[in-house]
Amino acid sequence: MPNYILNTSRQMAKRHGREKRFKWYGRIAIFISIAFLIFMFSAIVFRGASAFQQTKISLDINFSEAIIDPTSSRDPEILKRANYKPVVLESLSNVIPGITDRRDRNRVYKLLSAGAVFDLGEQVASNPKLLGKSKSVWLLASSEVDLFMKGKIDSNISEDLRRLKDKDIEWIEILKSQGKIKKTFNTTLFGKGDSREPEMAGILGAAIGSFFSLLVCFLIAFPLGILTAVYLEEFAKKNFLTDFIEVNINNLAAVPSIVFGLLGLSIFLNFFNLPRSTPLVGGIVLALMTLPTIIIASRSILRSIPQSIRDAALGLGASKTQTTFHHVVPLAMPGMLTGTILGMARALGETAPLLMIGMVAFIVDIPKGVTDVATSLPVQIFLWADSPEKGFVERTSAAIIVLLVFLILMNLCAVYLRKRLERRW
Amino acid sequence: MFRKYLLISALTLSLTACGGGEIKPETVKSEIAVSSESRDQIKIVGSSTVYPFATTVAENFGRSTSFKTPIVESTGSGGGLKLFCSGLGDNHPDITNASRRIKASEVKRCRENGIYDIVEVKVGYDGIVMANSRKSNLMNLSLKDVFLALAKDVPDGNGGLKPNNYKTWKEVNPDLIDNKIEVMGPPPTSGTRDAFVELAMEGGCKTFDWIKALKKTDKKAYKSLCHTIREDEHFIEAGENDNLIVQKLNANPNAFGIFGFSFLEQNADSVQGSTINSTPPTFDNIAEGAYPVSRSLYFYVKKDNVKTIPGINEYLAEFMSDRASGQDGYLAEKGLIPMNPDEHLKWKSSVLSLEPLVLN
Repeated sequence: MPNYILNTSRQMAKRHGREKRFKWYGRIAIFISIAFLIFMFSAIVFRGASAFQQTKISLDINFSEAIIDPTSSRDPEILKRANYKPVVLESLSNVIPGITDRRDRNRVYKLLSAGAVFDLGEQVASNPKLLGKSKSVWLLASSEVDLFMKGKIDSNISEDLRRLKDKDIEWIEILKSQGKIKKTFNTTLFGKGDSREPEMAGILGAAIGSFFSLLVCFLIAFPLGILTAVYLEEFAKKNFLTDFIEVNINNLAAVPSIVFGLLGLSIFLNFFNLPRSTPLVGGIVLALMTLPTIIIASRSILRSIPQSIRDAALGLGASKTQTTFHHVVPLAMPGMLTGTILGMARALGETAPLLMIGMVAFIVDIPKGVTDVATSLPVQIFLWADSPEKGFVERTSAAIIVLLVFLILMNLCAVYLRKRLERRW
Repeated sequence: MFRKYLLISALTLSLTACGGGEIKPETVKSEIAVSSESRDQIKIVGSSTVYPFATTVAENFGRSTSFKTPIVESTGSGGGLKLFCSGLGDNHPDITNASRRIKASEVKRCRENGIYDIVEVKVGYDGIVMANSRKSNLMNLSLKDVFLALAKDVPDGNGGLKPNNYKTWKEVNPDLIDNKIEVMGPPPTSGTRDAFVELAMEGGCKTFDWIKALKKTDKKAYKSLCHTIREDEHFIEAGENDNLIVQKLNANPNAFGIFGFSFLEQNADSVQGSTINSTPPTFDNIAEGAYPVSRSLYFYVKKDNVKTIPGINEYLAEFMSDRASGQDGYLAEKGLIPMNPDEHLKWKSSVLSLEPLVLN
């Protein structure tokens, strides 16, 4: 065999080897990224899953009129704020024997959440007929009891290292043996606003705050972004000015988000005097942040629409505007929407710009409009992660799960639009 | 040609009206709201150390009265005072929390913006602890050890200075263990760091007589010597999140963390606070002032806003009540070290009569 063929085959083997190696590098890279992803998700789910359950204690409450509403006013405000501690204590000492001194009474009362009496108040206020009657009610347990029921407190370690003492555990066992303590689905987490007590804290306020911010963001960024993209791509002449604008839009897309927050602070809050900590300002700031993303995505979609469609429309006598708005924009719309959704998904996860405009705050009330004070989901996660109470650890992870679900839904929506409506040429 | 332009401009106009206009009614409404009727919700800003206590009181206040729950923002002590002093009126906060006392310069800034009467409220005390994992031994440190282990420059023994080259605790003090110095602490923006530097570092720094003498002759040099923390791998800035520090301590039993007492209390099952000058960081020791690294927590109220914003008086009453900041109040459960009953009573009466602040 001639020499050069032998040489080539050796070279061929080398080339094949190189290709094989490269494929393996790729596979390893994918494997590592997937491993990271699985690790992250499983860590979050592992920590957060227990937060979807909540411990409740059943008590037969005697709604004594003499204690709750001695003047028989039946005023909902008075019923709401009446002192329910005595009736709760009475029913607790019926269940748990041997509680006589003040210290024990205070301790046993702490098995219940500080919010339990407020729940009772609301129940009575909405249904005053309860007064004078006895009823069995499921009340929120305190966070410590909740953690114990979920097996997150080790009762074997020395007593003074635990916040839940041996006596408390003894009482919980009594309640357990009578079936008066159980874990139920955590409705508080999805139905309430923020709270300092982990067992009473929920993400509804933050979720609605996020919704309002994104609504404002969409209403501003979508029309502005689409119009800018259509004008620059279809109508504007290519000259120094449009080049300049294009460069700036691209630069804007790379600006760190905190800068938009600073801008929001100095312009919208200090100059225009818009109300601080509201989704209105949050939405405007997020709109500024997503605008470049939407413009860039929309322009590339418009550029991918074949010239022949424009030529055909113009050839049949359509005006430039008719061509653009009857043919080009409808064809580009799915792509533009995809770009917008992806931009909004990024806005949903932002905290940095909201920090500057006062949306990183403790807000209990659930916002009712864009000018009510509010936080957002990622801010809630940030605030909970920074709280000393142990009960917030699982709730932080649960809030992350909820945020991830929203993000995945938005991304799926974008993928669906792209697959379903996109045309190929 | 002309019609085409007209069409485009009309279309652009209508579409922008769609986008921009959607927002306008809100804007107008909110401006009216701001100018004609007063805000009906208390706004609080300030220290992240006081934040857990302020929010707890705010929540209880919101639930037990007919007023709206106040908004509490965590901006840091300095940031809070800046916002607080930037002006009177509805757009500025009514109350700011601080993990240190207000400075004369800040009072001056307030005056320049028309805020003359400020009511000072002492909340209680907070201890700063140096803690490590329960897997390792409890450490007995003196303030001098802390200073020598963490300062950027340390005395060389001949009346001069040398860059800090201590690598292990044993090199600092032969009585200590032979482990690498690894301390995780808050970044310079944090009030906890300020207080730690002022109380622990400076406290240890002062134990050298010649440095103490330096305070009188060259205050600047004294401050830079006592207040500068080393920047090598022995001191790690771990961010503002104290939970993260606690988790890292569990992962690395040789490391120490600097954080507030409330985090030690909540995590007593996994971390232990080192004794400092042979005083362990316990509730009682901090309350009595025996533990050296403890500080007072405050908040400040604009007296003018008490008349215009509903609920401030009631918020103050809730905060100063025995069931909140008293000996067995709910704030003590959140990790606040309450004042002793006499001091509490004194502050309560001065706060409820809205006595304005006098800096001495």
